[in-house]
Amino acid sequence: MDSWRKSPLVFWVLNLPPSIWLVAFFIVPLSLVWVLSFGEKRGIVDIAITWTFDNYARALQPIYLEIFWKSIWMAAAATLVCLVVGYPVAFAIAFAPAHWKPLLLLALMVPFWINILIRTYALIAVFRTRGYVNFTLEWFWEQANAFLGLIGLGGYALLGERFEPLPLLYNNLAVSMGIVYAFFPFMVLPLYANIEKLDRSYMEASLDLGAGHWRTFFSVVLPLTWHGALSGIIIVFIPALGAFFIPDLLGGTDSQLIGNVIERQFKSANDWPFGAALSFLLMYATFGALALRALFAGRKQGLEV
Amino acid sequence: MKKRRGSAFSRRSFLAGTGAVAAGLSIRPRLAFSADEARLNFYNWDTYIGETTLDDFKDASGIEVTMDLFGDNDELFAKLKEGNPGYDVIVPTNDYVERMIAAEMLVPLDHAKLPNYTKNVDPAFKDAAFDPGRTYSVAYMWGTQGIGYRKSRVEGVPDSWKWLFDSDAYAGRIALLGDEGSVIGMALKYLGYSYNSKDPGEIKQAEELIIRQKPHIKVFADDNGQDLLLSGEVDLTMEWNGDILQVMAEDDDLAYVVPKEGSVAWQDCLSIPTGAPHPENAHKFIDFIFDAEVGAQIADFIQYATPNAAARKLLPDEYSENPAIFPSAETLARCEPEIYKGEAAQRLREETWTRILAA
Repeated sequence: MDSWRKSPLVFWVLNLPPSIWLVAFFIVPLSLVWVLSFGEKRGIVDIAITWTFDNYARALQPIYLEIFWKSIWMAAAATLVCLVVGYPVAFAIAFAPAHWKPLLLLALMVPFWINILIRTYALIAVFRTRGYVNFTLEWFWEQANAFLGLIGLGGYALLGERFEPLPLLYNNLAVSMGIVYAFFPFMVLPLYANIEKLDRSYMEASLDLGAGHWRTFFSVVLPLTWHGALSGIIIVFIPALGAFFIPDLLGGTDSQLIGNVIERQFKSANDWPFGAALSFLLMYATFGALALRALFAGRKQGLEV
Repeated sequence: MKKRRGSAFSRRSFLAGTGAVAAGLSIRPRLAFSADEARLNFYNWDTYIGETTLDDFKDASGIEVTMDLFGDNDELFAKLKEGNPGYDVIVPTNDYVERMIAAEMLVPLDHAKLPNYTKNVDPAFKDAAFDPGRTYSVAYMWGTQGIGYRKSRVEGVPDSWKWLFDSDAYAGRIALLGDEGSVIGMALKYLGYSYNSKDPGEIKQAEELIIRQKPHIKVFADDNGQDLLLSGEVDLTMEWNGDILQVMAEDDDLAYVVPKEGSVAWQDCLSIPTGAPHPENAHKFIDFIFDAEVGAQIADFIQYATPNAAARKLLPDEYSENPAIFPSAETLARCEPEIYKGEAAQRLREETWTRILAA
């Protein structure tokens, strides 16, 4: 731990660039926004920093709390889906033959090379009324109808007069799917890293000693890979909480999330102090969740030791 | 607030938008340029100038134009709010011209340096409530907002906002614009009030009307109502005329109407922002645009209504007599311009819009 005392020069040379970067591009801008959240609008472009709490009081009105709550709920649901689907995917990759692994990981990563906005626009083409999902369903509907006709039931319109496309876009479900799609790799990668490190002999032992597959998963695998899952949950949940263009593009008339409200304050509403206050409330909530997790993890470890 | 310009596909405008961000960053170092060099920095909407206009200007004057693109007025405003990063000519919409004048972000134009403008502009555009005497701005393009619809899926001509705001006849097949100014303003218009009303009672009524109609509205479209219409996602959409015009060219079944209750008439303007490094060149450029030939080339390419009367005369009837581009005088009489309502009224609308979306 004290190796930096022995060679302070190396320490500073190595640490100065990232420190400057952190201060100049993270701490300073964030502090400016923080200060702004205590400001008051005095005109179209003038903001006076009066250290007022009005912006926070306004941000804590029921309407905004409801939107906060809805955002948390949506982000949590999307995170849960990522987790439930991510585990088997991470398992499949970790247990795949060695020469397949890089290919499977690549398949997971390749979409990342395309801008997230463009991928979200692509989802519109997939889910819309005249989109690929509905085209596929329509094809199946036609085939099923043809089959019914073949066995002499064609005249009864058993599957309806005509194909009714599913409303897959412009609702909250579409927003959840968009968030899951956007952040899914963030869940799989840490899970994969943990499962990969997992000593297979534990699982064999568990199975040999008579535990079923479910029991083995919940009593052995889950506790041993939980750290990966926690990392995944955090790096999916936090950006999902601030999502704004996904609800913008895929959401319906009631898909407003807190990210949208914040975005509007900085653009059309031209109310930067209020937008800053909302942003910081969101950040405090995130810090709170992280602190809870640290506390929880610490206590659990304390008990185990 | 307004995100209406651009090519037929909003994803293309999006790409341009990201490009504009990058370009915006790269322009900062140019702040130090001297005033007399042969350069001009033009900040414009996407696909909103003639194909060869900038090159033609260089041939005519020797001044090289660098054009950056913005996606909406808010982006333009936010970019210039903390100081002009080096632009000489910008293209704000009328209510933003008003806002920027109030914030001292524009410099007065010297009309003596704009002979083409004085000669060619339609007299109707020589004055404006938002900029008396046109001290700070000249009109560049103008248009209306209305209903774009699919003829075969709608009965007759839906020439009333009723079909969008107060009826379940087309439930689930309606898109409204995704900005509070347009949606609340048009609900006010339907209720018989001013588009620009600041009256909390009237705005409350509009809020209730929109919330009641919400179950029948499919989406508040974010600059892509025309795409939704073209792809058959919706059959009626509230949109800017230029956007509908672009998809009408691709699909004969689409049409555009300005409802009988009236609508909003907008005007995009050419202005010189405070701190422009090349104001002389900026005047030359603005005047060049008002040349009859140049104006005609631009209008012919982007298909918006030009205030340049001499240019309009040079163009064929399918442009100059097209009612979707140049609405009739009586239609225009029913339209209001959007005005800058002040920061307090702006906040009232923003809060109303948050409630509408959360309802």
